[in-house]
Amino acid sequence: MDFDLPLIWAAIIAFAVLAYVVLDGFDLGVGILFPLFPEKHDRDVMMNSVAPVWDGNETWLVLGGGGLMAVFPLAYATVLPALYAPIIAMLIGLIFRGVAFEYRWRTKRAEFLWNWAFAGGSMLAAFAQGIALGALVQGIPVENRAYAGSWWDWLTPFSIVTGIAIVVGYALLGATWLVMKTHGDLAERARAIALKCCFATIGAMGVVSLWTPFLDPVYLQRWFGWPTAIFSVIVPLLVLGCLYLLIKGIRDRHDVQPFIAALGLFILGYIGIGISFYPYMVPPSLTIWEAAAPEESLAFLLAGALVLVPIILAYTGYAYWVFRGKVDPEEGYH
Amino acid sequence: MLARMQFAFTVSFHIIFPAFSIGLASYLAVLEALWLWKKDEVYLELFNFWKTIFAVTFGMGVVSGIVMSYQFGTNWSVFADKAGPIIGPLMGYEVLTAFFLEAGFLGVMLFGLNRVGPRLHFFATAMVAIGTLISATWILSANSWMQTPAGFAVNEAGQFTPVDWWAIIFNPSFPYRLVHMVLAAYLTTAFVVGACGAWHLLRQTAPRRSRTMFSMAMWMAAIVAPIQILAGDQHGLNTLEHQPAKVMGMEGHFESHPDGAPLVLFGIPNAAEKRIDYAIEVPKLGSLILKHDLNAPLAGLDTIPAELHPPVAVIFWSFRIMVGIGFAMLGIGLWSLWCRYHGTLASDPWLHRAAVLMGPAGFVAVLAGWVTTEVGRQPYTVYGHLLTANSIAPIEAPAVSASLLAFIIVYFFVFGAGTFYILRLMARLPRDTMPELDEGPIRTAGVAHGPASAKSHGAHHGL
Ligand code: HDD
Ligand code: HEM
Ligand code: HEM
Repeated sequence: MDFDLPLIWAAIIAFAVLAYVVLDGFDLGVGILFPLFPEKHDRDVMMNSVAPVWDGNETWLVLGGGGLMAVFPLAYATVLPALYAPIIAMLIGLIFRGVAFEYRWRTKRAEFLWNWAFAGGSMLAAFAQGIALGALVQGIPVENRAYAGSWWDWLTPFSIVTGIAIVVGYALLGATWLVMKTHGDLAERARAIALKCCFATIGAMGVVSLWTPFLDPVYLQRWFGWPTAIFSVIVPLLVLGCLYLLIKGIRDRHDVQPFIAALGLFILGYIGIGISFYPYMVPPSLTIWEAAAPEESLAFLLAGALVLVPIILAYTGYAYWVFRGKVDPEEGYH
Repeated sequence: MLARMQFAFTVSFHIIFPAFSIGLASYLAVLEALWLWKKDEVYLELFNFWKTIFAVTFGMGVVSGIVMSYQFGTNWSVFADKAGPIIGPLMGYEVLTAFFLEAGFLGVMLFGLNRVGPRLHFFATAMVAIGTLISATWILSANSWMQTPAGFAVNEAGQFTPVDWWAIIFNPSFPYRLVHMVLAAYLTTAFVVGACGAWHLLRQTAPRRSRTMFSMAMWMAAIVAPIQILAGDQHGLNTLEHQPAKVMGMEGHFESHPDGAPLVLFGIPNAAEKRIDYAIEVPKLGSLILKHDLNAPLAGLDTIPAELHPPVAVIFWSFRIMVGIGFAMLGIGLWSLWCRYHGTLASDPWLHRAAVLMGPAGFVAVLAGWVTTEVGRQPYTVYGHLLTANSIAPIEAPAVSASLLAFIIVYFFVFGAGTFYILRLMARLPRDTMPELDEGPIRTAGVAHGPASAKSHGAHHGL
């Protein structure tokens, strides 16, 4: 039997990116919310709630990037130059917030500096990711196996809106995460913020969704043409369902439900984008099959991925389980 | 050119941290194993001390590594398109087998001793150590393939396509490079640990702990340094076989020597005139080392067209720096054996001073070694098949110079601060007895000894 390897790989990469978005989303979100919690003790707890897992979360980004290079080298080689500035900005943001996890505990005098590095780095990374997403949705011209646009193409009103949307969305994930992981006053305030972020996120999702079909007739046709239009009905309905659970969860003071519902929102939004892109890897220039590496490369890595990804999920799950429950505010850093 | 500088700059920073964390991860696993086995608190205290330093180093390694994995696309997009089908899966496996393993268990290792108990915790530490080694394996396989490509074909789009994965992974220079690099990481760590131990022995802060770490480090130096020199020699022979131009450059052999080449100890390579000025040479020794025969003929750079010469001056010097440090490390190792034999290992201040001085030597050697390897590969990215000039991304120069500048500023700031914190952590070894009493004036929580030692007692009772 013949497998459609490029398609399988597109699904795996899509999964890695989704895993990245929801996982690093909440820990970037915690960073984005940092300025709203000025007290040192609150900040310590916030940071400790993500400290054991953030590295694992970011590894999905490395898998997304590394995997892209391995199986869709042409996509990797055209998207990254096209998004040069946002990618560099994202990397710099990630550097600052990543080292802040350790540095912040190593100094008293400069602690404020690493607080800023954590918050600012998280925001910069999130915003840059949103811009990159927006630029990708807009489309990237490719000629002769190389990026054919100019240096500033990524910067448009649309990409700025997607940038803001991602920042707000991550903040929602972060806030619901805090609701789940913390006690008392901190959780109380996180709850209030989650509610605000929830409306902001929905608003941003709405704007982006209304805008997207008008960027490119392909999207328009995809969204309102048969049979894909079914999704255009189902997905928004599910979004409304998630929204209901989210708001109800916050109102009813559930610990876990808001976080799960927020994850659901992200997953749905992501599916929406996925449907719009298919069958393109780099809209509107490269399809999944055009961008794919030779069969041998795909098969070789797939063999490993099929075994390893479940194992990775298992021990990542274990690591989350070890640190389950609320963060103990008295427990110091290692 | 700018893109190359940026890549060289970021990768040089990146390699520094893994070189240390590969060694340190293994060292931590050994310490914890010794603690579980001998039940001697000193090992746990050392474990907690180095664990904090490891966490900082690891953080820096991770963020500089993430930058690397995107630089292939941003700066070397043509290379990524062409070599991606080969290099990509190797790095994909690195992510799947190594990075997730490290990252998944890192949290447990750093924060989880109280939650999972000592045995599972040891398992986590071992997983992190193994992860760093697996990571080195894959990345070195990828890099070695670029040096000595094998098992591939070229398709109509100009991409390298895999034919035989076994030949690709175990390409001719890979085993040598892996052994040499892992040993280098261990040596680098040994000398950092040794310098830290020696420093505290000199200042008599915590005799028991500093003696333990100094002694462990010196065993490493004495055993691994000679092995490393042998491995380096083998590595060089392998390079001579596959990349003769590189060895000619390293040795400064501009001319062929039909009957026994000299070993150029020092001199100033003069690429324009194609000779070594002020050379100090030992006749025939070059042939003895490279061919294990005094009179064997050796070809020189005159047999190779000038546009395919690597930059001789750079690799000539970087190679000498590395080898010089290798022998200096051997010297320290032998000296420590001598002192150990006479029972003065913990009391000879000159040995301790020398060890402190040698603390950063491993990093210098690692960088020098990589410069030799990478610059010596020029003008190719994939040796013999893809020229560097044809690998570059179509990014405008202002974009690259702006980002290069940004990286330089960010790296110096961020990694400078990190190095400062690491040095400060190393300088603060708590005293041997009653660690709670000498809580530093600066902080109470978060320092390695405060909560960590409290935890360690709890865990110990739990045994
Ligand atoms: C602590 C670090 C360290 C020390 C003491 C040495 N090396 Fe080394 N060397 C490395 C760390 C290193 C490295 C960073 O690991 C390199 C760079 C790339 C590689 O594969 O290993 C390397 C490369 C490298 C190469 C280049 C191979 C190539 O380009 O293909 C040669 C020939 C040697 N080494 C030989 C030696 C010899 C003869 C040494 C003995 C004195 C020595 N090295 C000490
Ligand atoms: C980790 C330590 C490393 C150091 C210090 C290092 C250093 C360098 C330097 C100095 C150059 C520029 C050479 C020149 O422009 O003359 C270079 C180029 C390059 N290296 Fe490395 N390198 C390292 C590891 C690696 C690894 C592990 C890989 C691959 C997986 C790699 C891939 C490349 C590529 C693709 C280039 C660009 C093409 C070229 O200029 O040769 N390097 N490196
Ligand atoms: C000889 C060269 C290299 C070695 C030995 C090496 C080894 C390592 C190790 C051990 C780590 C784990 C983090 C740490 O311990 O600090 C790491 C991190 C990383 N390295 Fe390298 N590396 C090398 C070169 C490269 C290159 C050229 C790339 C770019 C493709 C790269 C990509 C990464 C990435 C993405 C991470 C972060 C992983 C994470 O999130 O956990 N490395 N590297």
